[in-house]
Amino acid sequence: MARNKPRVGATPRGCPPEPDHPTPAGPQAAKGGSPNWGQIAVQLPVSSRVRWRVRMEERIVLVFLFFCALVGILTTFAIVFILLSESLGFFRQVSLWEFLTGTRWAPLFNPKSFGVLPLVTGTLLTTLIAIAVAAPMGLVVAVYLSEYASHRMRGIIKPTLEVLAGIPTVVYGYFALTFVTPILQRFIPALEGFNALSAGLVMGIMILPTIASLSEDALSAVPNSLRYASLALGATRLQTTWGVVVPAAMSGISAAFLLGISRAVGETMIVAIAAGQQPTLTFNPLRAVETMTTYIVQIAMGDVPHGTLEYSTIFAVGLLLFVITLILNLVSEAFRTRYKEARL
Amino acid sequence: MSIAAVEAMRWRARERRRERIFQIVAATLVLFALTMLSVLLLKILLDGYARLGVSFLTEYASRRPEQAGIKAALVGSFYLMLLTAAFAVPIGVGAAIYLEEFARKSRWTRLIEINITNLAGVPSVIYGLLGLQVFVRTLAMERSLLAGACTMALLALPVIITAAREGLRAVPQSLREGSLALGATRWQTVRYAVLPVAMPTVLTGVILSLSRVVGETAPLLVVGAFAYIAALPNSLFAPFTVLPVQIYDWISRPQPGFHQNAAAGIIVLLALLLSMNAVAIYMRHRLSTRLL
Repeated sequence: MARNKPRVGATPRGCPPEPDHPTPAGPQAAKGGSPNWGQIAVQLPVSSRVRWRVRMEERIVLVFLFFCALVGILTTFAIVFILLSESLGFFRQVSLWEFLTGTRWAPLFNPKSFGVLPLVTGTLLTTLIAIAVAAPMGLVVAVYLSEYASHRMRGIIKPTLEVLAGIPTVVYGYFALTFVTPILQRFIPALEGFNALSAGLVMGIMILPTIASLSEDALSAVPNSLRYASLALGATRLQTTWGVVVPAAMSGISAAFLLGISRAVGETMIVAIAAGQQPTLTFNPLRAVETMTTYIVQIAMGDVPHGTLEYSTIFAVGLLLFVITLILNLVSEAFRTRYKEARL
Repeated sequence: MSIAAVEAMRWRARERRRERIFQIVAATLVLFALTMLSVLLLKILLDGYARLGVSFLTEYASRRPEQAGIKAALVGSFYLMLLTAAFAVPIGVGAAIYLEEFARKSRWTRLIEINITNLAGVPSVIYGLLGLQVFVRTLAMERSLLAGACTMALLALPVIITAAREGLRAVPQSLREGSLALGATRWQTVRYAVLPVAMPTVLTGVILSLSRVVGETAPLLVVGAFAYIAALPNSLFAPFTVLPVQIYDWISRPQPGFHQNAAAGIIVLLALLLSMNAVAIYMRHRLSTRLL
């Protein structure tokens, strides 16, 4: 700083007044320690060089930060571009109609067949089971948390949900395969070793925290005046909860359910481990099924040569998976904005 | 007593009963979730504790379950986490600073925000496909540690950005105003006034999102982490494996000995995640004592 002699009136051209006008001692003073007030007083009319440096730094940093923010946009573009361009080769040889309506998925065996429906039903089946577990449970837990639970119960439930949410999915997969399936087999002898049922049930436990905590947010956002009005009309707490609060929070709860469904559709490890890897067109939860995610992992791990039709199938399936989850997320987001706006 | 009074009493009794039933149902469901969690943890502990030991941590994967260990996987997980953090943390925190401190509310900013929300909802296996095509093939990184870390960095980015933004938002506005009033520029304000205060919260969020990276399996399977690695990765371009991939490999083998190994691996993985969370909680605690 010492070399910058004060040059009064040396304002560079094209330099509009800014909040940084005096720039007393730059970063050094703000960093802490005791600033030398005398020196600052002398330096008050900042030399153009300091000013230029500070402005340059400001600009460079801003450009860098902007690019950081841009990485997200680039990622989205890259995902869409790659899924589209890679599946284009696939759809040149297999018609979209055949892909979406065909009932046999056998890209590796002769005769080859590229009907994605078995993978879709596999995904649908496990997702339905998961949501059948997680939706009622999540809603009741959320209602309990927001309307009933004592401080102590909250202190137990919240950490439990957080821990459940933090467990890696491969661990859930292990649990489904080595614990849930054997127990279920005791009651249902027809249950296959790999099956949609236990994968779906465990997936339900996995998405429970998502649904419970998002629903609770929606319930807590309901203004108290609604509750008071209902109670003042003579309704009981239960009637108030289910007749007034839950309907008022419905858009937020729907958002939570949709996000849970989207999680279940995109979940890979639980189904890859416990649901099996055979594409079967079935709605029987006792049988082994293959989901879209499982198929992608299975082929990517195998040694299918790059550039072949078989290889490009994973991008076609990935595109379908991406589109499905994107729609679910967008609708969920729309619901969430609605309840946020409604609160105001 | 009049009929109406009797009716009212009945009604009240019925409603009270319903209320009790709901409370019992809710408590049962909560208990069920709690039991599931305990059973899960207990089952894994019982399955795996016998295999735990020093040799389990210091041996490479093997064809014989009794001799197999997680050395390569553990070290691989550690490297992957560090490398992912090196890519994702500067970019993520940078993006958060841009969105919170610099960007004006415009359609462009709104677009970036919506985009980040949506990226957070993209299934992780899709990130695997992205990494496979961009890093492994186009940029010719092959199935390397670097390709894995780049993929995981993209996956972690939305979470880190969201966490960092929350940290920045918690900094009181008066601090910024004070700094600007002293003549600091906007970047100087961020660098010397806002960031030091927000750092503990931001770091907490960063650690929590990295713990998600450590537990993630699917994208790494797609990008090509191998379970059989008999050497530690010695360069960025070396093949690698990570703990969840090793666990998955053991689970998918039929022999019960490997399942035992998988359970032991899970114990180590959970212990790792637990200690990362403990660090995060400690930092959050330090924040609350330091400021506000």
